[in-house]
Amino acid sequence: MVRAEDVHKSFGSLEVLKGVDLVVKSGEVCCVLGPSGSGKSTFLRCINHLEKIDAGRILVDGDLIGYRERGGKLHELGEKDVAAQRRAIGMVFQRFNLFPHMTVLQNVMEAPARVKKENKAEVRDRAAALLERVGLGAKVDSYPGQLSGGQQQRVAIARALAMRPKLMLFDEPTSALDPELVGEVLDVMKDLARDGMTMIVVTHEIGFAREVGDSVIFMDGGVVVEKGAPAEILANPQHQRTRAFLSKVL
Amino acid sequence: MTTDTQTGRARPEAIKAVPVRHPGRWVAIAVLAVLAAMFLHLIFTNDRFNWHFIFVSIGGGKRGVLFTGPVLEGLRGTLLLTVLSMVIGVVLGVVIAIMRLSPNPVLSSVAWLYTWVFRAVPRLVLAILFGNLGILWDRIGFGLPFDSQIGNLFGVHDLNAQFFSIKATDLLSGFVAGVLALALSEAAYMAEIVRAGIQSVDPGQAEAASALGMSRGQVLRRIVLPQAMRVIVPPTGNETIAMVKDTSLVAFVPVTFELFFQLQAISSRTFIVLPVLIAACLWYLIICSVLMIVQFFVERHFGRGYGASGKAKMRLRGIAAEQGGKL
Repeated sequence: MVRAEDVHKSFGSLEVLKGVDLVVKSGEVCCVLGPSGSGKSTFLRCINHLEKIDAGRILVDGDLIGYRERGGKLHELGEKDVAAQRRAIGMVFQRFNLFPHMTVLQNVMEAPARVKKENKAEVRDRAAALLERVGLGAKVDSYPGQLSGGQQQRVAIARALAMRPKLMLFDEPTSALDPELVGEVLDVMKDLARDGMTMIVVTHEIGFAREVGDSVIFMDGGVVVEKGAPAEILANPQHQRTRAFLSKVL
Repeated sequence: MTTDTQTGRARPEAIKAVPVRHPGRWVAIAVLAVLAAMFLHLIFTNDRFNWHFIFVSIGGGKRGVLFTGPVLEGLRGTLLLTVLSMVIGVVLGVVIAIMRLSPNPVLSSVAWLYTWVFRAVPRLVLAILFGNLGILWDRIGFGLPFDSQIGNLFGVHDLNAQFFSIKATDLLSGFVAGVLALALSEAAYMAEIVRAGIQSVDPGQAEAASALGMSRGQVLRRIVLPQAMRVIVPPTGNETIAMVKDTSLVAFVPVTFELFFQLQAISSRTFIVLPVLIAACLWYLIICSVLMIVQFFVERHFGRGYGASGKAKMRLRGIAAEQGGKL
């Protein structure tokens, strides 16, 4: 589903990604661990082209992200084509980024109704069903500002799902939440994983990685240090850096 | 502490204390009351205010100066000038603000240049300047640009690719020149207000919207601008109220179809100066009061989802809905 080959990204003179390789199969839940500043969020943002990569290539479902290859030459994709690629990739942010001027239901309906121009009534039903599924069926007419962080993040997940994505990206979805609210968001994500959604989750929740993850990668200094099954990596890390990191968070 | 509630002790009686006295407040109220009484006394005992002239009759059986035909006509002109200048100013301002924030350096420099020029030149100067543009060009035409130069290049002399042209003094009659001067100057200020509004929106909003696959235009229209409106509306209300008053500047273009010009005409005809000025103040007060009411409702509309009052209302509506009733 996702294939990243030797991805490089710099911000000015600071090289954040120094050759990241990753393969995520369809239906796989891949958890990305690593200290802050290791480039894991940046890498996630490269996958849906919120950041432009400097070298390497990223393919999602066989499509080259951000470019088109023609006659051995790369052509940058226009705004419209990039937007089309993003429709198939849902993203959930650390700080929710719900639209505060719209109700919860409008937040979920906005993209399918405006971007895909689907039938309004159908979208409304689907949005209501999705909100029911994340446990917020009673909150459809609330504004995001009236919800707790955990509820907002669940709305954000429903909003991403409304586009029927093939792939979901989670950028530290529980890092901005009170500890007691983390569980409700993780439950929704577990539910999603059980349904066979392909997910890449940047997280500090080791427990979630162990329980739900099919694979875990550990990033540090802009490269993937270690990759493998959660049980192996978390219980028996091979690299010194992984060991040092895990000893601090576990 | 928590054990108290668990032992089931009765809730103590509500505190009944003597409230703090505020003698300063009463002194301030007394002083202001005396001042207000003095002011009213001043106004109503001085015949030279000539309230009769303002409200009842300017003599010869006609209505008071506030309501005479030419003044009402002028009022209409002032309102029309305000609305036209503000509409053009806001639309152009939004366009310039978006150009200013564009990644394209040419667009953003042109926008910067525009605001620089039009904020630097006083509106009064601009109004007179536009009224006199007929001196520079006697005809204004619409057609292919540089038609005669291109014609010369290909050896055709006097090539005229204009669709139509009109005399500058006709087009830039007082009214059009006045509207243009006010609107173009307003656009420069509005551009800065809109830019501040757009920049006040959390960049995460645009990011989330584009991650959903929305185009740049959709992100701007549906997500960023509606949120920017919260920041844009209050200063725009200010600008509108300022515009009502600035329409009096176009009397120098000259535009006769305007409130202040009409009032002044009456004053120079009747040699009654002060009551006419007071009538002008009264009209401007009335217009601005109406605008403030409009602003209140517009602000409430764009405040959706923010602030305590909105939340309280939503909660009430929720409670009412649970009980199956409407609020």
